[in-house]
Amino acid sequence: MIIQTIAFYVFAAFVVGSAFMVISARNPVHSVLFLILAFFNSAGLFVLLGAEFLAMILVIVYVGAVAVLFLFVVMMLDINFVRLREGFLQYLPIGASVGLLLLVEMILVVGVLATSPDTVAVAAAPTPDITVVSNTEALGALLYTKYVYLFQSAGLILLVAMIGAIVLAHRVRPGVRKQSISAQVSRTRAEGVELKKVKTGDGI
Amino acid sequence: MAELPNLIPAIPELLLAASALVLLLFGAFRGDTSTRTISWATVGVMALAAVFIISGPSDGVQTFAGMFVADGFGVFMKLLILLGSGLTIILSLGYLRDHGMERFEYPILILLATLGMMMMVAAADLISLYVGLELQSLSLYVLASFRRDSERSTEAGLKYFVLGALASGILLYGASLVYGFTGSTNFDAIAANIAAQEHGASVGVLFGLAFLTAGLAFKVAAVPFHMWTPDVYEGAPTPVTAFFSVAPKIAAFALFVRVMMGPFGGLAADWSQIIVVLSATSMVLGAFAAIGQRNIKRMMAYSSIGLIGFALMGLAAATPEGIQGLILYMTLYLAMNIGAWAIILNMRRGSSLVENIDDLSGLAKNQPMMAAAMAIFMFSLAGIPPLAGFFAKFYVLLAALDAGLYTLAVIGVLSAVVGSFYYLRIIKLMYFDEPAEKFTAPTREVGLIITAAAVFTLLFFLFPAPFVAEAELAANALFR
Repeated sequence: MIIQTIAFYVFAAFVVGSAFMVISARNPVHSVLFLILAFFNSAGLFVLLGAEFLAMILVIVYVGAVAVLFLFVVMMLDINFVRLREGFLQYLPIGASVGLLLLVEMILVVGVLATSPDTVAVAAAPTPDITVVSNTEALGALLYTKYVYLFQSAGLILLVAMIGAIVLAHRVRPGVRKQSISAQVSRTRAEGVELKKVKTGDGI
Repeated sequence: MAELPNLIPAIPELLLAASALVLLLFGAFRGDTSTRTISWATVGVMALAAVFIISGPSDGVQTFAGMFVADGFGVFMKLLILLGSGLTIILSLGYLRDHGMERFEYPILILLATLGMMMMVAAADLISLYVGLELQSLSLYVLASFRRDSERSTEAGLKYFVLGALASGILLYGASLVYGFTGSTNFDAIAANIAAQEHGASVGVLFGLAFLTAGLAFKVAAVPFHMWTPDVYEGAPTPVTAFFSVAPKIAAFALFVRVMMGPFGGLAADWSQIIVVLSATSMVLGAFAAIGQRNIKRMMAYSSIGLIGFALMGLAAATPEGIQGLILYMTLYLAMNIGAWAIILNMRRGSSLVENIDDLSGLAKNQPMMAAAMAIFMFSLAGIPPLAGFFAKFYVLLAALDAGLYTLAVIGVLSAVVGSFYYLRIIKLMYFDEPAEKFTAPTREVGLIITAAAVFTLLFFLFPAPFVAEAELAANALFR
């Protein structure tokens, strides 16, 4: 138990610390690297919760794809991030105090009330029980039965996002030479080869 | 093995989703030259979906583990949405051709947005509500900036996206609070949980409800969450604006009503105060802010804010009569707005669109029929009897008075008087001012839509009974 607690605090401290570094680092490449560190540590938190599937997904999707994509973008585009972020930290005190004030007010309003016992019961008895089936199996069984409607609708939303990206960003450039495989394959010997009779000593 | 969920109530939605995918593939292979074909195919699919909706179940049957409901209210609202979307696609055809915007994604995005709206209307769970809303909103953001070479269109899309994302965040936060304090995302379960509380709903639920209301008020563009409307209406391509002002408004309203009357029906006394304020401020701002506008799209944006305020009055009453009035209001709003936007879309000189109100001057001398139609729509929007707009306002006001909302009703009538100024100014411009240059004659489809809308608006008072009866049925579906 004590090891788990220590692990939790280590992971949590690293998540918060590296998340802060993401927004405060001067060099955008450092920011992305800290982001990766934050992802890894949150994956550790998921493992502690017994959600190993989510932990692996986080590493594969976010570290493997998203963060690397960010890294590419940051390195390829010549954006002056320092200028973009200028003055960001000087707003931090005001922003943080407003956030803190809101938090205190909300705790005053909501904190005195206990959450519904139903919610606690739902959290305490996950469907189905983790001891019976593995994480991945449980998620799959829920996603494709109870939540199939939402799962499919979420797929449609992603489709719209894709259409939107193409509509707004894709431009047809005229004069681009593309490979046409059918044209290549359907070439006959007659079109491709021309025989010239060369007289000796004349050249072509 | 799990059973297959009951798909019958969702057949219209499944049809729309499947045909969006098929048409997308068709467009990808055939290129932008197929835009016209796809547009008409989309309209056909919507008509077919409408047939399925009419013949489908409307007895409140739930499916997909209680996430989706098909009841009388949903049926009525879905038909309105399909009508609005189908007509705007037809209206867009000419504009797309003239402005080199013929891209096959346009009708498909409208189709997907319509699917999202139908999912919103059919939602019986906070999660399915959000998923439908997001499908609709994301398609609308793209549509707003569809004319990507125009700076204003891009700005409109970005503004809509940023503010829409913020509103979605607020809505989600509210939903999470509601889930936390009631223990369920299902509408029926939330209603049961609230009804079971001895000392009324907990503050946490009310907190969540307030956030939910704010998010939904943004989607219907009620004051003080209206800031995006004029800019987005002005910047977006005109047929897209016409679309925005009709179908998504109806869908957002249907969702608003469903959330308020469904899970939170027991808390009507609490949320009714919020709606009263939203309604009153919307009506007043809509009436006064539209006066100074020179651009007809901006004017229509403020006019729609004012009209939304009126419709909210029906919701504030929180009675079956109020909801019935609201449903009728949205039906007539659809007819008047589609007609007015069809005319705005036809304010063309050559092939370029003009947007200033002054461009309408002397229309009666150049094109008397079009001016007469516009006059009908403007009189109707102002609420002059015996046109449809009068009855729209009448039923809502009656419900508000029955519910004892006297102050709100008085504010409504007064702001309608102020609002009639800018509607009447357009009529004065058209009939009594020196003629400006002539507009290009409308295409056959557009002319037909204008005529149909004008005739409906003009003659509604002769046959209101079937609509009133249908609206009553639809409203009662929420009070079972």
